[in-house]
Amino acid sequence: MLSDKDRIFTNLYGLHDWRLPGARARGDWDGTAAILARGRDAIVEEIKASGLRGRGGAGFPTGMKWSFMPKQSDGRPSYLVVNADESEPGTCKDRDIIRHDPHKLIEGCLIASFAMGAHAAYIYIRGEFYNEARHLQAAIDEAYEAGLIGRNACGSGWDFDLYLHRGAGAYICGEETALLESLEGKKGMPRLKPPFPAAVGLYGCPTTVNNVESIAVAPTIMRRGAAWFSALGRPKNTGTKVFCISGHVNKPCNVEEELGIPLRELIERYAGGVRGGWDNLLAIIPGGSSVPVLPKDVCDTVLMDFDSLREVRSGLGTAAVIVMDKSTDIIKAIARLSHFYKHESCGQCTPCREGTGWMMRMMDRLVEGRAEVDEIDILEQVTRQVEGHTICALGDAAAWPIQGLIRHFRPEIEARIAAARARGLQMAAE
Amino acid sequence: MTEMATKSHDHGHEPAIFAFDAESEAKIGEILKKYPEGRQASAVLPLLDLAQRQMRRVSGSAWVPRVAMDAIAARLKMPPIRVYEVATFYFMFNTKPVGKWHLQVCTTTPCWLRGSDAVVEACKRITGIRHFGETSEDGLFTMTEVECLGACVNAPILQVNDDFYEDMDAATTGKLLDALKHDSPPPPGSMAGRQASAPEGGATTLTTLDFAPQPAPRGGE
Repeated sequence: MLSDKDRIFTNLYGLHDWRLPGARARGDWDGTAAILARGRDAIVEEIKASGLRGRGGAGFPTGMKWSFMPKQSDGRPSYLVVNADESEPGTCKDRDIIRHDPHKLIEGCLIASFAMGAHAAYIYIRGEFYNEARHLQAAIDEAYEAGLIGRNACGSGWDFDLYLHRGAGAYICGEETALLESLEGKKGMPRLKPPFPAAVGLYGCPTTVNNVESIAVAPTIMRRGAAWFSALGRPKNTGTKVFCISGHVNKPCNVEEELGIPLRELIERYAGGVRGGWDNLLAIIPGGSSVPVLPKDVCDTVLMDFDSLREVRSGLGTAAVIVMDKSTDIIKAIARLSHFYKHESCGQCTPCREGTGWMMRMMDRLVEGRAEVDEIDILEQVTRQVEGHTICALGDAAAWPIQGLIRHFRPEIEARIAAARARGLQMAAE
Repeated sequence: MTEMATKSHDHGHEPAIFAFDAESEAKIGEILKKYPEGRQASAVLPLLDLAQRQMRRVSGSAWVPRVAMDAIAARLKMPPIRVYEVATFYFMFNTKPVGKWHLQVCTTTPCWLRGSDAVVEACKRITGIRHFGETSEDGLFTMTEVECLGACVNAPILQVNDDFYEDMDAATTGKLLDALKHDSPPPPGSMAGRQASAPEGGATTLTTLDFAPQPAPRGGE
């Protein structure tokens, strides 16, 4: 169990002052110039050694990502872009960081930008986070006024500008290249990779896109050391993570814990347990809507980290734990996600544009049982035709929840079809 | 899933002209400074947002008429079609008038699991709106179904204009809408009295911190 002294986000719940004096009292902006004085290579090495993996869903090693940025400019500027377009259903961790601990993010932006040779960074925040954006802008203004960012940031000799940019309601803009398109003033349609953003990103310049949480933990890692961070969690799944526990629990909440905590312990210790007790659990989506659902018997023992969840054919994703008790119509719960992906498909790639609509309509029929049993297999095959055949991962994200449903709850779907058939026969007989 | 309105309240017709007012102009200057020379197209989302806010301020309805898109295109030296396609791609821009209070109900799975259906039903019963996308007869309310708002541990969420109301149920939805009718919106946040995303009953972590805690200022600002 993680102790408070090892928690990074000490104002997660907004009980304390989020402004600069409060942030300083919690240790933010302490010795930042000395951190920068260690040099960009040392910072990248420290982050690499910490084992930090990206907190936005994919889990790519953050330090390695930073190291892909050019060491020497060819005349083009480099950019850090922070992905604050938090929109993955179940996920609400970046919101707390932004509204309650904005200075951790701002200090992280300076350190990360310096480490990748960027003099400017943009934070792209989802448009619906209007009040959160006001906090963040106020904190950015404070940081400028205090000389922490801007010219000669923290007295380090490094010039650094930080800009906040609000989105306008499009889940797809959480995909890094769609985000860059959007930031350039276009529709959020993902770009083909390669070229990768580190070579050709924002405005055609080298760019790294990182999640809010990945950036916001960087200053604490630099202060307390890679050894401290990597001692938390499990091998290759190091450090702490903000978990979001929603759905059918007694006390939904966000909480920071070590990676690798057992799922059951996470829910029972922090979220008051499953409504009606653990035995009333039906299934859990462990990492945001895109990852496959897990039935209770897997939830009994699985650990909450990247590799453990991959082993059970799901994923940590954003660590958004969506709990469903036995009262849940699991087919409808997943069908609602199919509506979500249909709504949010940008329409660029045919398999996703057409596939999300087809899968949604098929799922709607399964909710009512208006289908033949062999259509379950056809649906499964269609998800395979969407998965991996699109420019970005939205197609995969639309396919996986359905695959998880069929893998673990096929008997429920078949029972639904049989019940509908029985009703039909009864009506015909009357 | 969202049904487009089949009927929209008559807030007046498409205005003949749109020009940014002084309050908006002051902000445009600040916005354009964020982007490098020659990259002013980046300001299209902020300017569309600004236009929508100006419309709310001036007409009482937050929407972006086509003439405003044209004004933005001219200002940013973009072909108008580029602005139209952006304005229609992003869900937060209303391309037709909405009521004074825009009720944006999240019904995505985490909110649905916690009872968003009851919030939708309460909104319908109180406003007389029958379908998503409609505006009430009195022009006060428009109800829109929205996708995940990113506040899922405080589900279900009802967003009214810019503010999130959290931990909603039928009763608190009734209270909230009644307050809106009287033009006195309560402070946003949990309607069940929770502290942000902490568990009900109070935080069980971060209780033994060794810094000198500075209390959050009242009102959150």
